[in-house]
Amino acid sequence: MRPDPQVQNGTGSHDHGTGPHEHAVDEVPHTHPDPGVDPHAPLTSPVPGTTRPVRVGIGGPVGSGKTALVAALCRALGDELRLAVVTNDIYTTEDADFLLRNGVLPADRIRAVETGCCPHTAIRDDISANLDAVEDLEVSLGPLDLVLVESGGDNLTATFSRGLVDHQIFVVDVAGGDKVPRKGGPGVTSADLLVINKTDLAPLVGADLSVMARDSAARRGDLPTVFLSLVDDPVAGMVADWVRGLLPARTDRRGGPAKLVP
Amino acid sequence: MTGLATLLVLADGRLPAGGHAHSGGLEAAVSSGRLRDLAGLSGFLRGRLATTGRITAAFAAAACVAARTVRAADADADADADAGHDDALDRHRLDALDEGLDARTPSPALRRASRVQGRALLRAGRAIWSVDPAQRDRHHPVALGIVAAAAGLPPAEAAVAGAYGTVSGPASAAVRLLGLDPYGVHSLLAELAGECDRLAALAAARAGDPIDLLPADSAPLLEIGAEVHANWEVRLFAS
Repeated sequence: MRPDPQVQNGTGSHDHGTGPHEHAVDEVPHTHPDPGVDPHAPLTSPVPGTTRPVRVGIGGPVGSGKTALVAALCRALGDELRLAVVTNDIYTTEDADFLLRNGVLPADRIRAVETGCCPHTAIRDDISANLDAVEDLEVSLGPLDLVLVESGGDNLTATFSRGLVDHQIFVVDVAGGDKVPRKGGPGVTSADLLVINKTDLAPLVGADLSVMARDSAARRGDLPTVFLSLVDDPVAGMVADWVRGLLPARTDRRGGPAKLVP
Repeated sequence: MTGLATLLVLADGRLPAGGHAHSGGLEAAVSSGRLRDLAGLSGFLRGRLATTGRITAAFAAAACVAARTVRAADADADADADAGHDDALDRHRLDALDEGLDARTPSPALRRASRVQGRALLRAGRAIWSVDPAQRDRHHPVALGIVAAAAGLPPAEAAVAGAYGTVSGPASAAVRLLGLDPYGVHSLLAELAGECDRLAALAAARAGDPIDLLPADSAPLLEIGAEVHANWEVRLFAS
C-alpha cells in the first residue's frame, strides 16, 4: 500500500511570520526553521557580477539510490536550469561515471571529489574539497542556477554542513527496512526533504509504507517526506518540483522563461 | 604576541583545510605491497619526514618570514602612505618560493596535490584569520607560511606545523586504510616529535637563505607512486 497523498507534511501549515515571502502556486509546501527570518547567508559567487547557485546536498546510506535520484533530477531539470553536479563517492569517480554513462549530463558539468575513506568528513567536517569543486564548476561554466552535491554512501548520522549546501535531501530505501525512519538520526530527522525510495520493492521485502509514513511524520514534524519509485517515475517528479521551489523566481534561465510545470 | 594554542589550531588535523582526503603517498605504498604494518609505517614516516618534511619545514618558515614582512609593510602603508620600505622583494620571494617547490617536485600529480592543499589551507586562513584574498594558488608549504604569518605565528612554528603535518596525515590515513592500532600509530608520531622540532629549528635558522640553498631532498618512490596513483581508476585518497 502507498500513502496518499505522497507528500507527508505534518500540519501542512506555512507560517512565515510577518516577513514578505512569495511562493509560486505550484510550490511544494514547506516550512522554515525560524519563521520570519531568512536563514540563508547572502549569496556570493566566484563569478563576478552574479549570485551563486543554490546548492542542494543529497545524502543517505549506501545503496539507497542517491546517484539514481541525481540522474533523475538531471533528466528532469537539465533542460530548464543551468545545472552541475559534484559527487563524493568513496571510489573516486564511480558515481560520476554512472552519470556520464547514462548521458544525463555532459562531462564538464560533473566533478568528483575524493574523500579519503571518510565521506561524512568531506560533506560536514572539512568541506574544502567540495567548495573547491563547486567554485571550479562556476568558474569554468559561468553562472549556474543549481549545484547538486551528492554524498558518498554513509550512515544515518551523516548530514551536510550548512557551509556547503543550502538545502539537503536524505534518501533511504524501503529495502533497508521499514524501521529506518523510526531509528531517526540527523539525516532522517533534520533533512529538508526525506525521500523514501524504491517503494516498488516494498511488497517484495515486506516493508510497510504506512509505518514508514507514520514514523517519518513523528520524527520530522512539519518537514516534508516523499515516497518515490524511479521505476514508476523516472524523472522523480515530486522531488524535482520540490527543488524547483527552492530556486529564486527568475525568467533569465537557459532558453527563456522557466517551465515550472510538472 | 601569540600563544601556543594558536599553533594547536593551525596544526590540528581537524582544521578544515582538506588534509583528510590526502594520504601523503601512503595509499600508493600500501597498494604496492611495500607497507603492510606498523614497522612499514614507521619506515615510511621517517623517510617522508626526512625528505618532504624537511622541505616543507624549510619553505613554510621561509614563506612565513616573507609573509610577515609583507604584512608589516601593508600595515605601514595603511598608517603612512609615504612608508619607505620596499616590500616588492618579499612579495617576489613568495612567488620564488612557489617556483622553488615546483623545481623540487618532479611529479605533476604531487605538484597538483600540493597546490590543492595550499588552496584549501588559504581558504581556511581567509575564513579564520586575515589572509590576503589575492593569495589563492600556492604550494602547501608556502600557504602554510602565509597562514601562519596571518595567525601571528613565528617561522619556527610554521615550520613545525609543516613537518608534523607531513607525517600526521599519512599516519591518520594508515589507521583508516590498514586498520592499524591507533595507539601504535600515535606512538610512532610521538617518537618523531623530536625530529619535527629539530627540522623546524633548522628551517627557522635558514629561513632567509637563497632559495637554491634551501633543502631539496628527494623521495623518488613518493614521486613515482604519486604518478601511478593518479592514474588509478579507483582510489580512496586524492593523493
